[in-house]
Amino acid sequence: MNRMMAIVEREMRKFFRSPTLMLASMIFPLVQLIVLGNAFGGKIKDARLGVVDQDGGTQALKIRQAFDSVRANMRTFMPVYYNDEATARDDVRNGKIQGAVIIPPQYSRRVYEQDRPQIALVVDNSDNFMSSTLEQELSDITTALNQPTIEPRLLQQTVLQIVELYPYIEYMKYLLPGSITLAMFVSVMIGGGMLYIDDKARGVHEGYLVTPITKTEMVFGLNLAGAIKAVLTGVVITVIGALLAGVSTIFNPATVLGLFIMIGLTSVAFNTMMFLLMVRVDDPLVPRAIFGILNTLLFFPSGSIYPVQAFPTWLRVIAKADPFTYAVHGFKGLLLKESGLTAILPDMLYLAIFGTVALAIATPLFKRTM
Amino acid sequence: MIAKANGKPAGSGCEGPDKQGQNAIDVEHIVKKYGDFTAVNDVTFHVVEEEIFGLLGPNGAGKSTLIRMMTTLLPITSGRAIVAGHDVSKDADGARRCIGVIPQALTSDLDLTVEENMNIYAKLYDVPAKQRKEAIDELLVLVDLTRWRDAQTKTLSGGMRRRLEIARGLVHSPRIFFLDEPTTGLDPVSRVAVWEMLTNIKKNRQLTILITTHYMDEADRLCDRIAIVDHGKLVALDTPAALKASVPGSNVIEVQFEHPPADLEQRLHSLPDVTSVQHEGAGMFRVLTGNGSLTTTALVEMAVHAGIPVKSLTVQSTTLDDVFVHYTGRQLRDELVKAYGFVMPQAPGLRP
Repeated sequence: MNRMMAIVEREMRKFFRSPTLMLASMIFPLVQLIVLGNAFGGKIKDARLGVVDQDGGTQALKIRQAFDSVRANMRTFMPVYYNDEATARDDVRNGKIQGAVIIPPQYSRRVYEQDRPQIALVVDNSDNFMSSTLEQELSDITTALNQPTIEPRLLQQTVLQIVELYPYIEYMKYLLPGSITLAMFVSVMIGGGMLYIDDKARGVHEGYLVTPITKTEMVFGLNLAGAIKAVLTGVVITVIGALLAGVSTIFNPATVLGLFIMIGLTSVAFNTMMFLLMVRVDDPLVPRAIFGILNTLLFFPSGSIYPVQAFPTWLRVIAKADPFTYAVHGFKGLLLKESGLTAILPDMLYLAIFGTVALAIATPLFKRTM
Repeated sequence: MIAKANGKPAGSGCEGPDKQGQNAIDVEHIVKKYGDFTAVNDVTFHVVEEEIFGLLGPNGAGKSTLIRMMTTLLPITSGRAIVAGHDVSKDADGARRCIGVIPQALTSDLDLTVEENMNIYAKLYDVPAKQRKEAIDELLVLVDLTRWRDAQTKTLSGGMRRRLEIARGLVHSPRIFFLDEPTTGLDPVSRVAVWEMLTNIKKNRQLTILITTHYMDEADRLCDRIAIVDHGKLVALDTPAALKASVPGSNVIEVQFEHPPADLEQRLHSLPDVTSVQHEGAGMFRVLTGNGSLTTTALVEMAVHAGIPVKSLTVQSTTLDDVFVHYTGRQLRDELVKAYGFVMPQAPGLRP
């Protein structure tokens, strides 16, 4: 036990003497949280939408009024008026405007005659997000135009009423659980992966191996030290991230308890996973080389930036085994939904089992000799 | 003093047969193979208690592999090594408690202070807290680092760092001390400081020291006995004086000629008391002789009569360099000196 704690002491002293290392493991996830949270979280504003009015009638005027209303209120787009369709279409192609609405000749007459009135929307569908936003906005406008002047007393069609369980969650808040998880992963990657191999290459482990320390003491000492570093990173990022994203649930004592348990279990699961991956590696370049691959393979399928339900089957299989998924789910439950511990019990259980299994495989693989 | 009078140190937990009448290390027919490559080939030697035993050889000779087998770091392919009465293959922990090891690379933690570095190793050896402090105090005095006790290791020079590592290796008062090339990469002043420190430690503690080196002067100055290792084999083992005496000739004449004729080597052989002549290229010859002054006079006369200009000429007593050349057929000093500081240890499984 004393010998195990000697390894932990050495690792922790080094950790606190290298603040750059601590910062490095925290800065990347925080930058991601701030940049991605702001870049992806906003709605489209001030897009330029061309309008070609070939009709000039009263119904066309109603559409133009609706567009002006959007410009004045939502500001999703601002209309730019064209005289001919070809120029508007070219400008969409060239990116001068993001879309063009063509109101064909005889549109007003067709509305009055109820003879299939149509308007066209030309979009640049190489930009999915922009085109789907404009399509949605135009659909809303046409639905509003189609509303009868006098509403029937009883609705004759099925209407979907959406009930949102939680207050509006901005994208930055949605990203927070992933950022906390990523910070702990980066800490483990640096503290448990890169430094572990660097120490091995520098001969530090050779120094340990000539002492009477047992294999179990060494394995547990190294893993405990790695997990403590990840816990410290997790706590700091949870507090800073929650304050940045405006998540007030961190002030709830029950949530705090849940967060501590989740941070602890996630740290153990990640560190043992990293230890298992590195246990037979000697080349200091290996952890650096696989850092990007591991990050992509574990972070992105976890549902931290895009829902798992949108993945193809093979990616869902990765997500199912990925400890990131359970960590993100658990943190999401605690931070965004204020779920109780019971709700995230399966996540905690998976992380605990994952950590135990990884350590059980890694321990016999660890070599007591060089 | 931490070490007790009977040689069994306090605090280290080193237990084993009493050392009376017993060797500190017995290496018997030890072999280390990596696949088809034999790094150490059937080496046998014994190190008696409280001697300084040197393993001398060029880089890649198998010295580090030998030391790593004796210190339980590498499994032995065949043969056996008994260290402080413990078979390293069967009772590795018993052996580990009795030894202190200074690896070739500098492995002290740069971010930790001198005392912290020593403290952590004392804990790894289970030295009780009270003895830990005493041992550290005493060792810091011994290696002259007391003033640097709270300094971070990164602020120390290479020589000071090596002294710290030597102190760290002694923190549990081992019976046997292994040092793998302890002065490689150090400047001449630091090397001499390390030698003096080791001699001092030896004087103060009942310690057996096994040291590997590729410096002849280091082996000559420090070691009671020297084993010369080459290509994984033990080629000679004796005291420095006996090894020097075993080389035919007591003096070495190094002479360089301008435009030497083809038969010059034969002519040098025919000079009085000459035992061997070695042509080293560029007109340089090493002549071993039993009578330095007589051979030198004859050599100069021969050169004058034959009209062969002599560029330079030195006469010296036989050194371990000559011993090495005699036993291995090549010169140790030609080996490259490794870079100072960070030295990447040999990766397991690779050829050393």
